[in-house]
Amino acid sequence: MSWRQLWQQFRRNRAAEWSLYLIIGFILAAALAYPLSPYDPFALGNDTLTPPRVGHWMGTDDLGRDTLSRVIHGSRVPLLVGFLATAASMALGILIGALSGYFGGRTDVILMRVTEYVLVVPRFFLALLVIAMLGTGIGKIILVIGILGWPEVARVVRAQFLTFREREFVIAARAIGASHRKVIFREILPNAIPPAVVVASILVARAILLEAGLSFLGLGDPNLISWGSLLSEAQERLGVSVWLALFPGLAISLLVLCINLFGDGINDVLNPKLRKK
Amino acid sequence: MPILTFVLRRLFHALPLLVCVIVFNFILIHLAPGDPIQALVGEFPAPEAYLAEMRKAFGLDQPLYIQLLLYIKNILSGDLGFSFYYRQPVLNVILDRLPATLQLMLPALVFSAAVGIFLGILSARKPYSLADNGISALSLFGYCVPAFWFGQMLMATFAIDLGWLPSQGIKTVGADLTGAAALLDRAAHLVLPFTALAIRHLAVNARMMRSSMLEVAYEDFVTVARAKGLHEKDVIAHHMVPNALMPVVTIIGVDVGFLFTGSVLVETVFGWPGIGRLMYESIVKRDYPVLMGNFLMTTALVVVVNLIVDLVYLWLDPRVKYQK
Repeated sequence: MSWRQLWQQFRRNRAAEWSLYLIIGFILAAALAYPLSPYDPFALGNDTLTPPRVGHWMGTDDLGRDTLSRVIHGSRVPLLVGFLATAASMALGILIGALSGYFGGRTDVILMRVTEYVLVVPRFFLALLVIAMLGTGIGKIILVIGILGWPEVARVVRAQFLTFREREFVIAARAIGASHRKVIFREILPNAIPPAVVVASILVARAILLEAGLSFLGLGDPNLISWGSLLSEAQERLGVSVWLALFPGLAISLLVLCINLFGDGINDVLNPKLRKK
Repeated sequence: MPILTFVLRRLFHALPLLVCVIVFNFILIHLAPGDPIQALVGEFPAPEAYLAEMRKAFGLDQPLYIQLLLYIKNILSGDLGFSFYYRQPVLNVILDRLPATLQLMLPALVFSAAVGIFLGILSARKPYSLADNGISALSLFGYCVPAFWFGQMLMATFAIDLGWLPSQGIKTVGADLTGAAALLDRAAHLVLPFTALAIRHLAVNARMMRSSMLEVAYEDFVTVARAKGLHEKDVIAHHMVPNALMPVVTIIGVDVGFLFTGSVLVETVFGWPGIGRLMYESIVKRDYPVLMGNFLMTTALVVVVNLIVDLVYLWLDPRVKYQK
């Protein structure tokens, strides 16, 4: 199927299509945060704790900083963490899933045991522990969330490898002397990508929620604004300035919603067998 | 296989995981910046001989693997370390806080399972009907909204604005309530954090049950049941639901880990004195032994809950025999 046909098919799911546009909007806002923000997100102002009004569309905080500008700037960390951490999870998960499913036997038993363990462990507690003890920083956050996300990918990729490794085209490739590496990456892996992509969309959404949680608990990057840290600042003043919590939370929810709906759309296109009856 | 053998075998199976967690904690201690003895002594310029003596007293002069073995031995004998902040053994600190978390989590777990499954069944009865779309929208909401933010909004609305419910804590501090009044007081404190915590799991369970029911709906045995002339209610209750429940039960087991995630954040928002809030306080106070003990403890709890889920599975599906 050509890209054009895929796109046509994807567009049949209107919610997914609009979600894609909104996600692109979020990414653009993050990329153009400086020219787009009406104020410097760190600039102190005289209007402290003003509710939303003309000029300060999302109000201001106790230091007079413009909430809209802070919400725009706060999108950068979650998006960066969401995509980079998922990329790390995908790389690890594909590698481990492929080795496990392709070679089977003892390799499979050991790798799947490890996978099961990582799935059982309360991963958020683990992330909290690691970042609290080794220090904060966006690199560490990406690394920790990325490393903790691979089991879901590995399971899906392994299942695909188990199905495909006995197929004729794989046996044929082996028969003409293709190396293991070639068979894994050139022959089987392309078939494992579609279900993995669907998992990836779930992982991006989860990484964004995890980052928000870490930042809320004060374990985000202290030098960067993030939606989670805005919610943490808002917590003390929920009674007087609910808008400080309302808008960052709406932003997170909307972005996560869009990613989920987009993932559903991708699922419809890539796994047509599962499409609604 | 007798149930007891099965339980023992599963617990034995989980033992390596707990050892992994302990080893992981140990590695983290050594990766963390700073010298523990220096931290204990403080900025005070202590003589080298004193530092060496302290190192010896704490066994820090031993080779690393001996230290690790000692560490594992201590933990397996119930010594999870000493909390710097609370000046108490870590185990006591955690056990003090555990009941509050269970008081929050168990109702959330049971409610989200029962109501989620019910909503899923309702949804699947008439796909794309008004009820189904409404339930789908609700579960999409629960899926996408950060639990702690939802908690903040609930608190701002129902506790601060409307003043219907208390906003912080597990009970009214200072009020000497007894009997039904005390129970009512606790229930009022529970409503908001419980709702914030349960919504995501309600959503997950409802979604899962719906798709599971729809999958089962096309199976031959359902067609047969209908062809026999069974009432639709009986077809659903006795033929579809038991079969559709399996994947949902599995999800509930997996989700317990996520429930702990939610509890850290929701307890922090609502000042709920459980182990989630303890986790947050220990981060702020840099009380690392408590963090590590908490991690080990929650892992053990998740293992136990998963074991219970497996037992439920065994009871639900007689085909599963758990034999190697």
